[in-house]
Amino acid sequence: MNLFEYVRPASIAEAVAAAGEPGSAYLGAGTNLLDLMKGGVSRPSRLIDLTHLPDLGRIETSPDGSTRIGALVKNSALAHDPDFAKRFPAVAEALLSGASAQLRNAATVGGNLMQRTRCSYFADTASACNRREPGSGCDAIGGENRSHAVLGWSDHCIAVHPSDFCVPLAALGAIVEIEGADGRRKVPLTDFHRLPGDTPEKETVLEAGEMIVAVSLPAEAAAFAGHQRYLKVRERTSYAFALASAAAALRIENGTILEARIALGGVATKPWRSQAAEAVLTGAAPGREAFEKAAEAAFAEARPSGDNAYKIELGKRVVARVLAMAAAGTPERMPALPASPFASETGAKAHV
Amino acid sequence: MNLSLTLTINGKRREIVLDDPRVTLLDLLRERLDLTGAKKGCDRGQCGACTILVDGRRINSCLALAISYDGAAITTIEGLADGETLHPVQQAFIDHDGFQCGFCTPGQIMSAVGLISEGQSGDDAERVREAMSGNICRCGAYNGITEAVLDARAKISAGKERDAA
Amino acid sequence: MSDTIETPSGAMPASRTRFGSNSGQPMTRRDGVLKVTGGATFAADNHPEGMLHAVYAAATISRGRVTSLNVDAARAHPGVVEVLTPANRPPLAIDPDTKPYPFAFRTEVLQDDTVRYAGQPIALVVAETLESATEAARLLSPTYDASPARIDFDTVEPFDPQAVGVGSPPTAEKGDVEAGLAQASHRVDARYETPGQYHNAMEPHAIVATWDGDRLTLDTPNQAIVMSTGSFGAWFGIPAENVTIRSPFLGGGFGSKAIIVGPQILTILAAKMLGRPVKLALRRDQMYGPVGHRGATRQEFRLGVDADGHLTALDHLTTAVTSTFEDFIEPASNASHDLYATPALSSRHKAVRLDIGTPGPMRAPGEASGSAALESAIDEAALVAGLDPLEFRLRNYAETDPASGKPFSAKALRECYAEGAERFGWSKRPLEPRQMRDEAGRLVGWGMGTALFPASMFQANATATLRADGTALVETAGADMGQGAWTALHQIAADGLGLDIGSVEFRSGHSGLPDGGIAGGSGHTATAGNALHAAGTDVIAKLADLATNDENSPLFGAGNVGVEARDGRLYRADDPDRSQSYGEILARAGLAEIEGAGQGGRDPASAEERAMFSHGAVFAEVTIDPDLGQIRVTRLVGAFAAGRIVNPRLATSQLYGGMIWGIGFALHEEAVHDKRSGRIMNANLAEYRVPVNADVPAMDVILVDEHDPHVNPLGIKGVGEIGITGTVGAIANAIWHATGVRFRRFPINIVDLLEGAAAR
Repeated sequence: MNLFEYVRPASIAEAVAAAGEPGSAYLGAGTNLLDLMKGGVSRPSRLIDLTHLPDLGRIETSPDGSTRIGALVKNSALAHDPDFAKRFPAVAEALLSGASAQLRNAATVGGNLMQRTRCSYFADTASACNRREPGSGCDAIGGENRSHAVLGWSDHCIAVHPSDFCVPLAALGAIVEIEGADGRRKVPLTDFHRLPGDTPEKETVLEAGEMIVAVSLPAEAAAFAGHQRYLKVRERTSYAFALASAAAALRIENGTILEARIALGGVATKPWRSQAAEAVLTGAAPGREAFEKAAEAAFAEARPSGDNAYKIELGKRVVARVLAMAAAGTPERMPALPASPFASETGAKAHV
Repeated sequence: MNLSLTLTINGKRREIVLDDPRVTLLDLLRERLDLTGAKKGCDRGQCGACTILVDGRRINSCLALAISYDGAAITTIEGLADGETLHPVQQAFIDHDGFQCGFCTPGQIMSAVGLISEGQSGDDAERVREAMSGNICRCGAYNGITEAVLDARAKISAGKERDAA
Repeated sequence: MSDTIETPSGAMPASRTRFGSNSGQPMTRRDGVLKVTGGATFAADNHPEGMLHAVYAAATISRGRVTSLNVDAARAHPGVVEVLTPANRPPLAIDPDTKPYPFAFRTEVLQDDTVRYAGQPIALVVAETLESATEAARLLSPTYDASPARIDFDTVEPFDPQAVGVGSPPTAEKGDVEAGLAQASHRVDARYETPGQYHNAMEPHAIVATWDGDRLTLDTPNQAIVMSTGSFGAWFGIPAENVTIRSPFLGGGFGSKAIIVGPQILTILAAKMLGRPVKLALRRDQMYGPVGHRGATRQEFRLGVDADGHLTALDHLTTAVTSTFEDFIEPASNASHDLYATPALSSRHKAVRLDIGTPGPMRAPGEASGSAALESAIDEAALVAGLDPLEFRLRNYAETDPASGKPFSAKALRECYAEGAERFGWSKRPLEPRQMRDEAGRLVGWGMGTALFPASMFQANATATLRADGTALVETAGADMGQGAWTALHQIAADGLGLDIGSVEFRSGHSGLPDGGIAGGSGHTATAGNALHAAGTDVIAKLADLATNDENSPLFGAGNVGVEARDGRLYRADDPDRSQSYGEILARAGLAEIEGAGQGGRDPASAEERAMFSHGAVFAEVTIDPDLGQIRVTRLVGAFAAGRIVNPRLATSQLYGGMIWGIGFALHEEAVHDKRSGRIMNANLAEYRVPVNADVPAMDVILVDEHDPHVNPLGIKGVGEIGITGTVGAIANAIWHATGVRFRRFPINIVDLLEGAAAR
C-alpha cells in the first residue's frame, strides 16, 4: 500500500472540496478500497474519510412512501431493518447473499455501488487491464474468463460487475443521490454504472470529487413486496461471488402479471436491468412458459466473451427460476441460505 | 496529518498515535499493541481469522484502516473471558472441539459472539452455518463450531432469562 | 514466550476421569483454554525487541531472468533498512540446488537472476514496519527477460521418474495385466484428472529469526522440529545444536510445513546481516508457489471384470506434474496397491515438467488423488458388472495385500463397510441413477468410496522424569498442527507412568527436547506416543526395582512382573491391598527423581511380515439443482478402523477434517493458471475455494473397533489423512448417481454439471 494523506472532513461540503484534488479517493468502510490498495490496484495519494460525516447513516421513509438510504448505512443494518426488509425483501435477500457477515457489518451502501470488478486480471497488476490502466489491453480476453460477462462487454473489457445489492436496486428503479462541487443531482441506478465501451476505466457517471450521499427506492417499488426474490448461483454454498444471479419482482393480480421487474447479476459488466424481459411478462399469466420467454428475452443480446457460453443458458435458467420463486410469493422469513438454490424456502418445485 | 486516535480496547481507553497512516486495525493490534489474538490468515477479508468486535459488531480487522476507527470500542479475543471464567462461547468451543490447530479460532469465536448478539440464527443449525461462513477453518472443525454456537447461544439465552426472572 | 504450554486445569469433567487409563478417553484439548483465549502463541505472534519486518518480492513471470530491480526506489521508501537481491545477498554454506540433508527440496534463495516459476522470491526487503516493507517490495518494479511459460500438460513430453513420492518405486507389477484384461467380461477404460491444489493452512508460513553470535533461535511452525535444526544449521554452517526451534503450535501444516523453503532462509540471512531479529510472514498469495502443493495428475485406468464381478486386472497409470528443477511426483497410482484383490496389478507413473513451484506432500499425498480416481473407476466397474457398488467392493475384498501378498496386520474394513452402510441407510439405494429427488425436486444421489492410508511410523525419542512429589515430567519435541498432540501424546504418556494426566507435565514443541520425529504420514501419535509410553514404563521398571528390593516396602519381593502401576502407586499384582505410592518409594530410596527414556519406531521384522494400513468406508449424499447445476453435499458418513483410538473426540475431529478436505477436492479446489503467463489467477481464498461452514453438512464418523497387535506396541495407527481418501470418490460417485453423468475431472463444478446434463 502506498503512503497517502489522510483527511477527515467534518461535512459533505468539506469532503467534496477535499476530493477535488487529483489522486483523492473517498474512504467508506474500505472493505473494497483497502483490498485494492493492498494489491496495488488502487494507489490514491489522498484518502477522504467519509465515515465520520453526520447524517449519512439513516434509513428514512418519506411521506410519499419512498425510502431513502444514507450512503453510510451498513449493508447488514439495511438488510436487517425490519421495515425495509418487509418492503424490499429481494434487496435484503441480495444483501445477505453477498460476502460474509463481517464484511456486511462494515461495508456501506455507497461503497457497494462503488465496488470494483473482481476480474482476476484487474486484480493482478502484472496483467494488462484497460480498466486499471487505460490503453494497456485486456488479458482477460483470451485468458481464464469462465466467470466473465456475456452482456454489455466490449473488446476493451469483459469484466463482471460483482454487486448483489445493485441487482434488485436496478430492478426496483433505485435512484442514486450524488453531491459534487456543483450541488446535488439524482441519477437512476441503471444509469449510474457505465458500460465499458472503449473507456472501461470510467466505471460510473461520477465526476471528479462527486460522492454518493444516498440511494432511494421510489414509493411504487414497495408494491412488489409480496412477490420478489433474489437468486444467486455460486460455486460454494456461501461466501462466493455469483456466477449468475437475478432479481425478480412481480405485481400479480387475479392470475395476471400486471408489472414485472427483472435485473441480472454476475453476467454483465454492470447491474443489468432487462426491460425486454419485463415487457414479455406484462399481462402474462405467471407460469413456466412466460418465465422461459422472459428468460430468452433477457439474454437475447448475450454473447460469450470467452469460455463462458454456459452463462447464457445458466442465466436464462436463473431468470426462469427466480420468476417462479417470486410468483410463488415472498417467504415469511428470510431463507436460512439467502438467495441460494438450496434455500429450504424455495418457492417453486424444481423440474426436469 | 493528524494520526492520533482514541480507542477503547477490551474496556480500556487508549490514546494512540500512529506512526503510519496505512496501519490497519489488525496490524495495530498485532504489531503495535501486543494483542496477537486476532490472526492474519489472508489480510484481504477472505478468511475471517482477524474478526473482532467494533462497537459490538463483528468485522474483519484486516480491511479496517485504524485511523478511521477513532472513537470506536473494540473487543478482541483477549477481552472476552471474565478473569479465569471463560465466555460461554469459549467454553462451548472447547466442549464441542470447535477447533483443531487453533489459528482461526479467535476469529471464529469473535464471529460467533457477534452472531449470537445479532440474534439472526436462533437454534437453526443451517442459519448458523450460513452466518459463520465468513470464517474459514482449513482443519475442518465446522461441525464442532456449529454445535458450539448453538450450545453457547442456548446457554446465553437461558442465562438472560434467569437474570430477567 | 513460553516454551511449554500451561496445562489448563479442569479441562475435562471429573466424571470422565479414569485414573491409569487416560487413553481412550474423549478428553477435551489440553491446549483448549490457550486457543480460545488468544493465548496460544503462533510464530508470527512473536515480537522480540528490535525486530524488523521482511517482505519478499515475487516473480510475475514463469520462466526467464530478472533484468532489473528498482532497488533505489525501495531503499528510498521511509523505514526501509535493507534490500537483498542476488547482487548483495551474503553467501550461504550450501548450494540451494543440491540436496544436502534429508527431505531437502531445491529452493530459491536469490542465488541468481533466474526465474523458474511465478511467485518465486526475487528480492527481500527489510524495514522497520510491515507497511514499509510491503510497499518497498512493490516499488522494486522488476523487469524481465521472459521466455514462454510451459504450463500446459499437453505441450510437454512426459518422462519416466526415478522415484515417486518420498523415495517410492515408480512402478509395481503383479501378474499379467494384459491377459487379465483379455479374459475380462467387462472393461472400464477411463481417464481422470486432478488439478493442482494448495495446502492453504490458515496460518501462512511465518518465521522470526534471532541470532545471538553463532546461535540461532527460530520461531517457526515446523512439522519435524529436531531434524530441522540440522537442516537450518546446514544453510549457515553451524551445527544443529546451535539452532533452537520453537514451534509450540502450528496453524495447520498438511505437509507444507515439513520442508524448509527459501523465504525462511532469506529471513534468517537478513537477521544475520542486520544483527536484529527479523520476522517474515507469507502473504496469502505467496502461499501459492514456494511452499509446495499437491501436483496435478492425469490417471488412466484399465480395469477388467469377470462375469461374477471379480477384478481380472487393474492397471493404473498416473502422469503427474512436477517443477522443472525438482522431482516430487505425486504417487497416485500407489493408491491401487493395497485395496482390491486382483490377479493382475500394474501401477505406473510418468511425470511432466512445467514452470511451476515444486509440488510436495499435501494431506494424503498420492492416496488422495489416487483414491479419488480409483474409487470412481471402481464405481464404474460396479456399474458395468451390474452390481451395487458396495457389493462389488465386497466381492473384490482383499484378504491379503494385493501388491505384496502379505497378510494385513489388522483389517476391519468389512466392519467399516457394514457399520457405515447401516448408519447411512445404503440398502435403500436404487441401483439406477437419477431415481431420487428431495421435496423441492432436486436430484439426490448416493455414492461410496473406500478409504485407506498406510500406518506409517518414523523414529522418536522421549524422556520421563518421576519427581519426589509423585508428579512427573515427560518430554518429546512433538508438533501439534491441530491433530491434538498436546492432548493425545499427554494421555499416552500419563498411561505409561500409571498417573492421572493432571499429575504429568508435558513439554513439547521445542527442539531442545528429545526428538519427537515427524508430524506427518499420519504417524506422529503412533511414533511419539510409543516413545512416551516406553519412557514411562522405563521409569516404572526402575521404580519397581527400588520397591521390590526394599525390605521395608509392602512390595518387597514381588519382582518386576509382580507389580502394577496405577493412580501413582505400585500394587502387588496378586494382592491389591499391598501398595506403595511413587513418592514413598522415591523418598525411601532417598532419590529426588527417577528418569526414564523410550523410543518409538517400527519393528522392522513386523513390517517385513505384514502390510499395515488404516481402513474406512465413506458414504455420501449429494443434492443437485437440476437446472442450475449447483451441488451440495448433504450427508457424509464415514466408518474408520485405525487400531487403537487414543482420544475419540480428537480422532473424530481429525476424520471430519479429512472428509471436509474430500468435499473441497471433489467440488471446489483448483489452482487456475493463465496459460500465457503461467501465473495462478486465483491465488487467494476467495477464488481458490476451500469449503466454508455452509458447505459442510452434519457429519457422522464411526470409530470401528480394531485391535492391531502388530503395528506397534500400543496398536496405534493414524487418522490424520485417511478421511480425505474415499470421500472424494464417494462424492463423485454420488454425483453420478444423482445425474447419470460420470464426471472424470476434479473439481466437479457447475459448468461440468450444465455441460454434462446437456451432453446426456
